[in-house]
Amino acid sequence: MSLKTRDDLTQLRLKCRDVVKAGGKRILVCAGSSCMSCGAEDVFDAFTKALGEKGVACSLEFELEGDRRAVGVRKSGCLGLCELGVLVRVDPVGYLYTCVKPEDCAEIVEKTIVGGEFIDRLAYSKGGLLCRCQDEIPFYSRQTHLTLKNCGHIDPASILEFISVGGYSSLEKALFEMAPDDIVQDISRSILRGRGGGGFPTGKKWEQVRRQKAEKKYIVCNGDEGDPGAFMDCSLMVGDPHLMLEGMIIAGRACGSDEGYIYVRAEYPLAVTRLRRAVEQAEELGILGKNILGSGFNFRININRGAGAFVCGEGSALTASIEGKRGMPRVKPPRTVEHGLFNMPTVLNNVETFATVPIIIGDGVDAFLKHGTAKSPGTKNFSLTGNIENTGLIEVPMGTTLRQIVYDIGGGMRGGATFKAVQIGGPSGACLTEEHLDLPLDFDSLTRIGAMIGSGGMVVTDDNACMVELARFFMNFTQNESCGKCIPCREGTRRMLEILERVVAGEGREGDVELLLELADTVTHTSLCGLGKSAANPVVSTIRSFRSEYDAHIRDKRCPAGACQKLKRYSIDPVACKGCSKCSRVCPVGAISGKIKLPFAIDGTKCVKCGACVAACPFKAVLAA
Amino acid sequence: METSIDLKVMDGIIDRYETKSSAVIAILQAIQEKWRYIPREAFPKLASRLGLSEAQIYSVATFYDNFSLEPKGKYVIKICDGTACHVRKSIPILERLRGELGLSRIKVTTDDLLFTVETVSCLGACGLAPVLTVNEKAHPAMTPDKASILLAKLREEEHNVA
Repeated sequence: MSLKTRDDLTQLRLKCRDVVKAGGKRILVCAGSSCMSCGAEDVFDAFTKALGEKGVACSLEFELEGDRRAVGVRKSGCLGLCELGVLVRVDPVGYLYTCVKPEDCAEIVEKTIVGGEFIDRLAYSKGGLLCRCQDEIPFYSRQTHLTLKNCGHIDPASILEFISVGGYSSLEKALFEMAPDDIVQDISRSILRGRGGGGFPTGKKWEQVRRQKAEKKYIVCNGDEGDPGAFMDCSLMVGDPHLMLEGMIIAGRACGSDEGYIYVRAEYPLAVTRLRRAVEQAEELGILGKNILGSGFNFRININRGAGAFVCGEGSALTASIEGKRGMPRVKPPRTVEHGLFNMPTVLNNVETFATVPIIIGDGVDAFLKHGTAKSPGTKNFSLTGNIENTGLIEVPMGTTLRQIVYDIGGGMRGGATFKAVQIGGPSGACLTEEHLDLPLDFDSLTRIGAMIGSGGMVVTDDNACMVELARFFMNFTQNESCGKCIPCREGTRRMLEILERVVAGEGREGDVELLLELADTVTHTSLCGLGKSAANPVVSTIRSFRSEYDAHIRDKRCPAGACQKLKRYSIDPVACKGCSKCSRVCPVGAISGKIKLPFAIDGTKCVKCGACVAACPFKAVLAA
Repeated sequence: METSIDLKVMDGIIDRYETKSSAVIAILQAIQEKWRYIPREAFPKLASRLGLSEAQIYSVATFYDNFSLEPKGKYVIKICDGTACHVRKSIPILERLRGELGLSRIKVTTDDLLFTVETVSCLGACGLAPVLTVNEKAHPAMTPDKASILLAKLREEEHNVA
């Protein structure tokens, strides 16, 4: 099937909607990365088997023709509440079942699909609150889903389902009702800022590329989401790939480009599969390719896989990598908008930015401006992880406070632990503490306090986390990923890492903190690209907020959080010890001695703090302080 | 795993791509998928097919983390050490696996070419941290003990096959 005109697409959409309307119940099994690793595939198979055994007709993909009463079973995009995977949504009622195992599927089919009953046992239930439908769960009811609106509600492998919920209607509008200048103007007026971290106005970028006269221009999508602890873009690419394709095609139309590239991180094989499939489907329907829907506009999209280099998330490194070179950044200017991919003017935006474009064009600028703050309108996706009750993928209006995210949506600290900090923006980001809980999160407010939204990874830590160790962790990451082209980043991060390693090992020296700050200043101001410029952020922010922890490590050789292995002091509780000798047998350095059936003791001068005794003791008598 | 490198097979892989220099990363990825590492023979072959020098190809192959110039084990175990996994204690899992297999940060593959243990910065399954993957299959909410059990299971499978 190939759509030749706009009318063909409209007709197809009406047909798809009819199918949805007439269709029966649907079972959506979350196939986000977390649920997949919990066995979503097995749950999916168990459903089809259970339906078969009950003699209920089922369909595994969207079909225009076919048995309309068949129960649809689909793998959906990420439903967001990753902590409670495997998640299963039953439509049209909107029930959400959590922690579903293959053995639960027969019961769901029998009671819910056939009988229409809800199964309380599988419901979301916390603090006496039992929620049947997804919308009732506080985790969802406090979010605003724009880019995630389809995620978890449609089958991302089917372009027809995307079209049935209004997909590619913004593209229609952009092709047939708007001149390229109108599109750029709308994006400018929406104040859409780059969601990859920098927050550069997207409209400005598009305008700069649009007005250049070049024989070739490129639209590049940065799907190299490298920040550890961030998986928002992955969820979008896997859960609703057509939405970002639509955004890219609109960008091509607006800027006068006929070719796009998507650069996807190597660690996301499922995203690559889904995107390839989505591109194929769009080509088959004539939504990508030559003379799209008879508009005379041509656009094609290539997909490139990364090969494991964090620095390729930087614009000029990314384009170098697409060109088949070492992914190293170059000196700017000239900027990517002038000399980008293959030295041609290039629009480079990230996944979430492109996914927001169809929403602005479709709903109109004014509707978009109603979300978020005046200078940062719209929503932002965050991946909420760490020691928090509800880990997962969330989308909230810009300007939402940290307290709302951690406590209202995130459900507070795991196991009632004490909140300590939120690390936001990954290795380029900073730590937000108690005092920042009521800060409205947007680009400017975070920049003011020396942090950045980054790509949107949020790791919540409780008081068991050592901030010096966290700073060392990020510095180790950045140092590993430094491409080595410029000296401040290559050498500066290495020296900073050495100091941090020394401090967490209890060998810190007086003056180390000052030295770290001095190095941080140099690295920040003299590095070539964003990776180096922001590499010191985690160190500087933890020093600012948790100076006393650094001092405790350096002066008292003590880790206040009790997390640094080398600073632990092990002792044996003489009351709990039964004298079984297990600890002394596993001790690699013979530091534990004693008589059988009498309390043993650890010689602190010999102990290498490996912790083997703690693991070996059946009576929990070895104490670490 | 195929131990000898059939250059005809390599040519077949290269044929699937446009022979232009920008395809080098995609071709190296395809070669690595076939042999689980980039064999030495790939460099002169690619150089002549793509019109690049061997040094240029070597520079690309050594820049990116994913490319290995050493043969990898049949089971590649990747322990995620992204932030979320790290704060939920992924390192003890890594240490347990390295300990049981006699591996280290430098020596990542066992001599019998069965197991490779490495870390990865983030697998994007942070909701169920800590996570590890065995040849791309993810195992969520790991602990050192669960990792030991998994390793024993893999060994048993291997034993049954042999």
